[in-house]
Amino acid sequence: MEKRVTFNERWLPYLLVAPQMVITIVFFFWPSGQMLFQSVVTEDAFGGNTKFVWFDNFINLLKEPAYYDSVRVTLVFSFLVAAVGLALSLLLAVMADRIIRGASVYKMILVWPYAVAPAVAGVLWGFLFNPSVGTVSWMLKAIGIDFNYVTNGNQALILIVIAAVWNQVSYNFLFFLAGLQSIPKSLIEAAAIDGAGPGRRFWDIAFPLLSPTGFFLLVVNVIYAFFGTFGVVASLTQGGPGQATNILVYKVWNDGFRGQDLGGSSAQSVILMIVVILLTVVQFRFIERRVHY
Amino acid sequence: MSRILLSSVAAVAVLAGAHGAAAQTEIQFWHAMGGNLGETVNQLAAGFNASQKEYKVTAVYKGSYTETLTAAIAAFRAKQAPHIVQVFEVGTANMMAAKGAIYPIYQVMADAKEPFDPKAFIGPVYGYYSTTDGKLLSMPFNSSTPVLYWNKELLQKAGLDPNKPPTTWDELGEMSAKVIASGGKCGFTPQWQTWTMIENYGAWHDLPFATKSNGFGGTDIELKFNDQPRIKHIQRLAEWGKDKRFVYGGREGKSDSLFNGGECAFRVGSSGSAAGAEKALGADKVGIAMMPYDPSVRAKPQNSIIGGATLWVLQGKPKAEYVGVAKFMTYLSSTPVQAKWHQETGYVPITLAAAKATEESGFYKKNPGRDVAIHELTLNPPTDNSKGLRIGNFTQIRDIVDEELESVWSGKKDAKTALDEAVKRGNEQLRKFEAANK
Repeated sequence: MEKRVTFNERWLPYLLVAPQMVITIVFFFWPSGQMLFQSVVTEDAFGGNTKFVWFDNFINLLKEPAYYDSVRVTLVFSFLVAAVGLALSLLLAVMADRIIRGASVYKMILVWPYAVAPAVAGVLWGFLFNPSVGTVSWMLKAIGIDFNYVTNGNQALILIVIAAVWNQVSYNFLFFLAGLQSIPKSLIEAAAIDGAGPGRRFWDIAFPLLSPTGFFLLVVNVIYAFFGTFGVVASLTQGGPGQATNILVYKVWNDGFRGQDLGGSSAQSVILMIVVILLTVVQFRFIERRVHY
Repeated sequence: MSRILLSSVAAVAVLAGAHGAAAQTEIQFWHAMGGNLGETVNQLAAGFNASQKEYKVTAVYKGSYTETLTAAIAAFRAKQAPHIVQVFEVGTANMMAAKGAIYPIYQVMADAKEPFDPKAFIGPVYGYYSTTDGKLLSMPFNSSTPVLYWNKELLQKAGLDPNKPPTTWDELGEMSAKVIASGGKCGFTPQWQTWTMIENYGAWHDLPFATKSNGFGGTDIELKFNDQPRIKHIQRLAEWGKDKRFVYGGREGKSDSLFNGGECAFRVGSSGSAAGAEKALGADKVGIAMMPYDPSVRAKPQNSIIGGATLWVLQGKPKAEYVGVAKFMTYLSSTPVQAKWHQETGYVPITLAAAKATEESGFYKKNPGRDVAIHELTLNPPTDNSKGLRIGNFTQIRDIVDEELESVWSGKKDAKTALDEAVKRGNEQLRKFEAANK
């Protein structure tokens, strides 16, 4: 039988959800509505001379080769951030899980980077890799690699991937570690008695049991790579050199707030919102089915 | 009855008292001058407040140029705008287009019956911000122009005369080669590359940036900077990049660390960067001279154009308050204030009188090179190509040019392909601006 909670007062449930509804309306529906409106009008920066232009902003956007470059960069960047971030943090979690003495020290050190804001992370990595005074680029020069993210687009992309992954690895690590520790020891021990080596035990037992955690982290990391990495790009490369690191969310901000092109910027936001909605639906409908809970 | 009367009398008295205390009309001034510059701005506001009793200017630092503009726009939309906002020069065309929001300076001054003489201003400074028929739209505040900086120590090391800067680009190339040969790490680096290497290279050689007098004649314009001289210039820099005679240090002011860190022998950068370079390298190690030019393009240089920012007055306040705004503008352009601003910051004075006063005070003798910027701006009467730039969506266009130049520096494109592409992409921005402002 279905369990039901009933309220005696008619207004009480509404009152209880009201704060959440107010927050959703003020901080989500209202700005989204503004965005939808802005995406079909053009106006001057101060909001005067407003003209309804149907889908001109979208048509202009889709005619712009720079937009497709930005899409391509975003896909490569998100893939790298999610793949490298998840692989690295899983490796760290497995290592940390095996440590018996001083485990909490390792954990604390690994969790630290999460406390650093993305913009600050960007500045820190920028210092290390600064082409003229950076320590890391100086060492790279010593082994014959000319690392200059200011002029080399691929190196710039690598650098923002490093900074973004470094910032997110702690979060992934915590979830993977918790996932690993919740795997019943009896399963691992039974496999060990049957003669399975550490590698086999990991791939056949731990890894499948971690898949719900992994799936959750995949969603979080892709969303992080799409939206949370703005600070890294803004502080490190400003989308350059050329358009090598001009990810979509940076372009939205740059066109809207630096360029004062609110129409074009809103059109990009609308597309971005649709993409994220689709992405989330796809992830939950198709990938989640194959996940072993 | 009498109690009501009494209390209302008391209320009126309280209101009158409150009014008496607030008789000073407050004028909000939002600016983007941080650090030392911000302190100088505060001193200017304090000086104005002390000079009279009716108005009180409150100067508020709002972050970078972009942040300040964004804040002012948001405030205007919420009907909370400041009276005065500082906007960088690339925003000029977009500000002009916002007709309902701005209150042109010439009108502010006329409505307030404040005396105002356009002839007192330095030509290229005034021209950049005025209409084609010579009406000033925004008040010039901090203006700079690109100048050549050189590191005397590095020149000496290379066996060159440390007090003889190059006058042409070919000379600069030869001297850079010697600097590199003597173990130097970098010959030349530009600051704000689009402004210095494309916009000012054009004005300096009397080449158009865009049609219709660089956009002063209308919004139906096309960009023109993909001409032979500039293709050759950019290609030459790319060639120099191969042996470090040219080093790219990043957009806007990001190359400062290269010159101020003592790596580069030469830099073309804003005259407003003089104080910073002298602080970093020592005043006797830094030379300031006019930008190099190409005699094959033009026998003599024309004049340079400015960068920096101006003060725009925004609509929507009670009429009487704009009288205070006009008085503040008069105060800011007065000779002692301009001379102080010029000497403390390195920005050029906006009036001829302030330049003269600075000269007479012996400032240039003590600080050689600080007058180079004014010489460059007033070298010749400005032509249609060197008066200034009035380009819509200029922020995006500068970004586009930066992107395309970066693709040259990284070797992905040659100069012609990149500049053609920059013009093509820039023209799309201009069409958007034209369509939005019909």
